[in-house]
Amino acid sequence: MKAVGFYPGCSLEATARDYLESVQGAAKLLELELSEIPDWNCCGASAAHALDHRASFNLSARNLALAQSGPQPVVVPCALCFNRLKTAQHELAQDRSLLLPEIAQMLTDQDAVQVVELNSFLTSPEMIAKAEAKIQNHLGGLRPVVYYGCQGQRPPAVTEHPDYENPMGIDRLLQALGAEVADWPFKTDCCGASHSVGRPDLVHALVGQLYERALQRGANCIVTGCQMCQANLDLYQKEIAAELGREVYLPVFYFTELIGLALGHKQTSVWLKRHMVSPRELMSQTDLPTETWERL
Amino acid sequence: MSDSAQADENAQASPPVRPNSELLNRIGAVGGLEAAACYGCKKCSNGCPLTFAMDLHPYQVVRYVQLGLWERLKACRTIWVCASCHTCVTRCPNQVDLPRLMDQLKQMVIAEGAPVEESRTLLFHRLFLNEVLKRGRVFEGGLMGRYVLKTGGPFGPEAKQNVALGWQMLKRGRIKLLPHGTKDRRWLKALRRVGKGGAP
Repeated sequence: MKAVGFYPGCSLEATARDYLESVQGAAKLLELELSEIPDWNCCGASAAHALDHRASFNLSARNLALAQSGPQPVVVPCALCFNRLKTAQHELAQDRSLLLPEIAQMLTDQDAVQVVELNSFLTSPEMIAKAEAKIQNHLGGLRPVVYYGCQGQRPPAVTEHPDYENPMGIDRLLQALGAEVADWPFKTDCCGASHSVGRPDLVHALVGQLYERALQRGANCIVTGCQMCQANLDLYQKEIAAELGREVYLPVFYFTELIGLALGHKQTSVWLKRHMVSPRELMSQTDLPTETWERL
Repeated sequence: MSDSAQADENAQASPPVRPNSELLNRIGAVGGLEAAACYGCKKCSNGCPLTFAMDLHPYQVVRYVQLGLWERLKACRTIWVCASCHTCVTRCPNQVDLPRLMDQLKQMVIAEGAPVEESRTLLFHRLFLNEVLKRGRVFEGGLMGRYVLKTGGPFGPEAKQNVALGWQMLKRGRIKLLPHGTKDRRWLKALRRVGKGGAP
């Protein structure tokens, strides 16, 4: 068991519970111990950076301070939390003047924390080899496109992502697990993120394009590593399909759920049951064992 | 009226632009915001996924900052429609941080108390930030409840959509019923003190 720091973020406690459970499941299968940052706080998300730069900066700075003395790296499943933590580090390196004294005092070693996005961490060649060695169910019949979204990659000066225009980590992992991954040029297009509340029409327009492009590539599902992307692609699929005037059936998996599925985690169907678009019909048409989908 | 007639009329109606660098200097004083570095290549706008919903293209926002056209900037939708996907800044040859610039402009609009056309986006951001500054974490159930009440009440169209979705999510165990915050809250008081939603 290797211990790593873990920053779950607010949505994994609720709307993305399926993600959290599958992250914990995948970590166990890959012999990782997730050490949650004690008393972590919200990163402030879009609201804080839009309305109050200083609040946004300090919210992430506090999390960095709390993570200083724990195990490294700190893996982050939410792309936006990851982006805010990296942005705060980037700013800290240049200027600490907006730090509140209370938080400046806590943050004694700002370079100690290595912030890593979960999907980069779990798709290193070593991790893929480890997963491959434990395969129980080949994912043949699943033809996903991988959708990475925005915040894990961009801007590269902040995220330090080496392949920000064409990330390949999850693609490689899924290929190793037997899925027939389709390539597509829309991996890092935007889903509209938090516009789902105030301007759902924008999310519908962007997600509608993603569905059409995924279907054009012959995909039968979408795999993501971001809970905002998952929510926007999963929750409104029926309505968006109606607006497009065509049938759309594209279950939206987290990559961690597919690690659980391929490596035979018993709870996988509990996670998948939380999706709006049930993957049952899709999975029943593959060679996956009946017990992986019959209860969905 | 045809488009060209409209354009003629606009040309007659709007006085010539007199560049004024006051806005540019004000924004340049914020760390890392170099709007002056833009030479107008428009890569930001060609890659932007949301131009279809914008009234100014991203490069125009930068140009208006350079020219000091604050009145037009503060009334525009673009700064609120930007989803901060960072495609623009990633591709900008001069590293102009457009998403951060848009945020800075939003904060200046709020500080001035100017009306915001994209009021629902602002409302959601405000409710969200209040939630964070109160407990240290976001309680999504409570946040959506408040949003629904403030946008037409429990029987409005927003409520109908969101309640139906909320029920589906509740059935799937994706809604938490009770809020959860950080144990330590002393730091939040300090943050609330400065966090008034205005420009620094």
